Amino acid sequence: MEVLNADGYRSDGRRQFELRSITIDLAQHGAADGTATIVHGLTKVFVSVLGPREAKLRSLTIHDRANVNVEVNVAAFSSGERRKRAKSDKRVLEMASAIKSTFETIIQTNLYPRSQIDIYIQIIEQDGGLLQACINGTTLALICAGIPLVDFACAVTCGVYANSPILDLTTLEENDIPNMTLAMLPKTGSVNLTAMESRLHVDRFGDLFEVALGAGRVIHEEMKLAILAKSRMLVAEMKTIGWGEKDLVD
Amino acid sequence: MPEITITIRKRPPEEAIITQRKFFKKTARGKVIKVLRERYLRDDVACGIKNCSLCSGFDGMDSKRTMLPFAGDISHAAFPEGHYVLPDTNIFLSQMDLLESSIFTPSIILLQTVIEEVRHRSLPLYNRLKALTKSDEKRIWVFYNEYRSETAVVREENETPNDRNDRGIRTAAAWYTSHLSLARKQLRGKNKKAPKVLLITEDAANRRKAEAQGISTMSIRQYVEKMSEDDKKPQLLDLLTAVDEDEIEPTRASAAATGTKASLYSEYLPQAMLLAGIKSGNLHQGHFNANQYNYLEGEVSTPAFNKPVLLQGRENMNRAVHGDIVVVEVFSESEWSAPADEVVDQDTTLKHDDAESGDEKDEYETEDNVLSKERGLLAKGKAKLKVKEKQPTGKVVGVIKRNWRAYVCHIDSTSLTSSNPSSLSLQSVFATPVSRFLPRIRLRTRQAPTLLGQKILVTVDRWEPTSRYPEGHFVRALGKAESKEAEQESLLLEFEVPYRPFGRAVLDCLPKEGDSWVVPPKDSDSKIWEGREDLRNLLICSIDPPNCQDIDDALHARPLPNGNVEAGVHIADVSHFVLADTSMDHEAAARGTTVYLVDKRIDMLPGLLGTNLCSLRPFVERLAFSAIWEMTPEAEVVNVRFTKSVIASKAAFTYEEAQLRKDDPHMQDELTHSIRLLNSLAQKLKAGRMAAGALNLASPEVKIQLDSSESSDPIDVEQKEMRETNSLVEEFMLLANISVAKKIQETFPQTSVLRRHMPPPSSNFERLQDILLKRRGMKLDVSSSGALAASLDQCVDPEEPAFNTLVRIMATRCMLSAEYFCSGSVSRDTFGHYGLASPIYTHFTSPIRRYADVLAHRQLAAAIGYASLHGSLHSKAYVERVLNVVNHRHRMAQMAGRASVEFYVGLALKSRNEREKALVVEEAFVIRTFRNGLGVFVSKLGLEGLVMFKRDTQFDPENYTITIPSGPGKGDTTIAVFDKVFVKIEVEKDKNTQRGRVKMTLVHPVDSSGL
Repeated sequence: MEVLNADGYRSDGRRQFELRSITIDLAQHGAADGTATIVHGLTKVFVSVLGPREAKLRSLTIHDRANVNVEVNVAAFSSGERRKRAKSDKRVLEMASAIKSTFETIIQTNLYPRSQIDIYIQIIEQDGGLLQACINGTTLALICAGIPLVDFACAVTCGVYANSPILDLTTLEENDIPNMTLAMLPKTGSVNLTAMESRLHVDRFGDLFEVALGAGRVIHEEMKLAILAKSRMLVAEMKTIGWGEKDLVD
Repeated sequence: MPEITITIRKRPPEEAIITQRKFFKKTARGKVIKVLRERYLRDDVACGIKNCSLCSGFDGMDSKRTMLPFAGDISHAAFPEGHYVLPDTNIFLSQMDLLESSIFTPSIILLQTVIEEVRHRSLPLYNRLKALTKSDEKRIWVFYNEYRSETAVVREENETPNDRNDRGIRTAAAWYTSHLSLARKQLRGKNKKAPKVLLITEDAANRRKAEAQGISTMSIRQYVEKMSEDDKKPQLLDLLTAVDEDEIEPTRASAAATGTKASLYSEYLPQAMLLAGIKSGNLHQGHFNANQYNYLEGEVSTPAFNKPVLLQGRENMNRAVHGDIVVVEVFSESEWSAPADEVVDQDTTLKHDDAESGDEKDEYETEDNVLSKERGLLAKGKAKLKVKEKQPTGKVVGVIKRNWRAYVCHIDSTSLTSSNPSSLSLQSVFATPVSRFLPRIRLRTRQAPTLLGQKILVTVDRWEPTSRYPEGHFVRALGKAESKEAEQESLLLEFEVPYRPFGRAVLDCLPKEGDSWVVPPKDSDSKIWEGREDLRNLLICSIDPPNCQDIDDALHARPLPNGNVEAGVHIADVSHFVLADTSMDHEAAARGTTVYLVDKRIDMLPGLLGTNLCSLRPFVERLAFSAIWEMTPEAEVVNVRFTKSVIASKAAFTYEEAQLRKDDPHMQDELTHSIRLLNSLAQKLKAGRMAAGALNLASPEVKIQLDSSESSDPIDVEQKEMRETNSLVEEFMLLANISVAKKIQETFPQTSVLRRHMPPPSSNFERLQDILLKRRGMKLDVSSSGALAASLDQCVDPEEPAFNTLVRIMATRCMLSAEYFCSGSVSRDTFGHYGLASPIYTHFTSPIRRYADVLAHRQLAAAIGYASLHGSLHSKAYVERVLNVVNHRHRMAQMAGRASVEFYVGLALKSRNEREKALVVEEAFVIRTFRNGLGVFVSKLGLEGLVMFKRDTQFDPENYTITIPSGPGKGDTTIAVFDKVFVKIEVEKDKNTQRGRVKMTLVHPVDSSGL
């Protein structure tokens, strides 16, 4: 398979700097305080956030801030080959810990001492860019749950084919070329996660990094639109049950 | 980094039905996996027609590439209003030669569906297709129909993939038609008739469906036949592949003709059975190697047996052609056999075979004749077998991969039914390939009479079980046989040397200044001087063969104050001009090496670089990559450093000039001193190398004396002389290569470009050892390269100085060839170079003419921190891929060079025969004995030949002797391997094929002309 052919097309008809279709659904599900379903192409992730609430275990309470707990569950049917992953699967735990460390600095945990915020991530379909989808979904779910954040965390996967950077990789592409996932905070422009499991030449890294930051900003716009739409809908519904502007301000 | 726009390709969820594709895949382990893929449909896929008002502004429409003309192609008689050709997949699969021909130039729309289907069906064809789309001569536009929203199709239920693709192609053709008329509408008033889009397909059902949709279609034959009458048309018609007409055109099928024909070969087993058989070990897979002495025999080397599997007779070779990857079934051991010890020539055996086949009755008679004759030959061989020589014997039961290419052939004049030069009737003729490894090819042509006596290129199309010979078609004529141009081109084609002139994209990579490029002054702020050492004041000189234009190396040496010596090798800095991942780099990688023929050089790099800007010519400043050693006067290396540099060579010597200068006691200038210094070091280096067990091998190298550079008529052949200065240069190049190999291997343990020479398996020497022992009582110790070198030194005949060289030549033939490899892909203990007895080796010293050296230069530059390494050279897969190509090209280039020398030796012999009015008689050594002939080697001409006897002789294969009656009343003469004989050499033209070949007859000890 040619990742990027001579005429600039990728195997799924996209060009070099085109991201896959993003669909965001922020509808409320079950008892969770905030939920988000995000779809990047054929990768689909459902995130629910519970909390902040009292820590279930005494040992998990931290006296001056909230404890962030991330659990990732990969559905057996999510990939082509049906495969059950144990809770203790190393790769899953590693991903959970990467997500945890990303969000510990973004959530204003000092506002909720001695409490716990649970982030449950359910991977429903996977086709590349898993970590990217998890982080973007978690940002959205946290916002829906009303937890104060410093900034959005916008993640994007990118790779290098020959000398050309490529954005938002599918599984096929991920298997073929060196790639990394990067999470950036659009307002401050800082980056608080870069994950890379393959070898990438240091000379290529600079260009790739710049492109990935640009892509992060594009994803941020998309996420912002979804959040605004959700907020507008909430406001409209509140009005229908008799809440006025005044109530909101109070 | 240029400004880029990052966008999200939005895909509405309701589109999923056409954008998502689900299929099941079975893995090698038998697991079934469901795969879901999506594609993004877009409206900005460009149609590729120049000035198209609807597509302007789309990516790829900025006319940097070849685009299709707005008015279409108007040269075709059937389409005065202009047309575009849209061929389907089968056209590319079966008619690639036609499409590649430089006289077939319609505007072609190539669909993505077609490209992908071609890739699935045949990788070599896919690669040819890719090269075709990139060539400047062709007007081909690749249309990504699967990505354009209007033309993307989805496979329907119960639809085969084939039908789906056909439908996709028709949809695209219909879209183009409407797109063209839409684009016209916008341009009011002008040229109302839009050009037509013509779907070309061989599938009659597909044509019917297309016509129902209002698409104009034709078969490829119709298309060519309806072209305007001119001289190109018959050529194009010949290029059409022989297609099985009844398969394509059911209406014209003549069942009677096909039904009665008997199969000559057994059918191949189905692919699944072959694979299962290989897996279980019942069947064996390998390359089929035909025997050049006996066309009824071939061999397949398989890992399961230490001896290759022997295939005897036509039925057992079962339509395998030299180079194919075949599957063989090995017979039970009682049926094993030994190779025949006889020369069987297909031209003489099959002289009367008829090319017209299929309908006449008497064809079967001749067929029977041939078969019985061949059986006789086989039986004769079998009768005298001995158990000792038996080797696994089997038959071909299937072909994994055909490695057919275009072959250079001659038309066999006897196979012509009508030789009237104006006859344009279609006739079947035999084409005899130049290579002795190949069977004759049957082809149908209208140009047969005009092609007689020419070299032509023929492609094999298929080989049916019912046909004794493979069927092919004519590609193009190369010119009159024996004319230098035709011979040269046929050599290049036969050895797959890419010889076309460099394309525009490649030439664009050259420095803009062209000829007038110079090293900028040092004080200018040019980047060239960054990190470069100024070695312009050193006394550097180059030593090369006479008339050498691409000087890649130069040397210097000077004493140091501490008593040591500084020696330097300076190599042309090609990697400064040939940057990674440019068109020039790709071209050089594909060419792999410069090919030297006797009267022509096929360059790897454009001439401007090779013979000027990179060539280290004297008295001009040139960029170089230098390796500088500090050595003790005993030639022990104290340290080595590498640096990019600027040098100014002080002199360019030939080997002879340098030698004379060194030996002349009156010359006392510094340059001469440094040559003497280099020479003394080189002698010590060589002594050290020999002590370590390096081999001193010989290959028959001769030099062709050309009359003058214009006429290039050879006048004589002489053996190459070796001077001390040859070895001087060689020693320092070896040293440089070894030093560089160590350095790059240290820095890039996974991807460094190295060269190795594997030790030969001792079984390779068995035959030679046996001959030496039996004939001369000499022993050859092959346990190590050192032991071999020592025992080769012992093989001397005091009366015959050439004997030692002969043994060395024969020993060289037993060895494996050296190869490039990527250090990460083989285990560390196999890095060694057997012939040089060096643990590690690479090629660094000739980057102008070898591509591996360019890679080594890049890696060394990165290793010393001069430049960063291009990403591709970090990838093991990339390096492996490039080196595979380079290895192949290198082998082919060597063979082409040798064949070219052979051709000129033939010409020289002919002119000598004419001048001296008598046949040349030369001294020769017997190197092989056959039951009906001798293999001899004429060392003076570097020529190997066969002496054939028509009469039976007494042949003793145990002792490698042959006894022939020397004439009435004189008793018998016994000739053995290594005996010195005299042979008469003449160049004889084969009457049928006009192919010149060397014929040798024995003069002494017996005159064999009557035998």
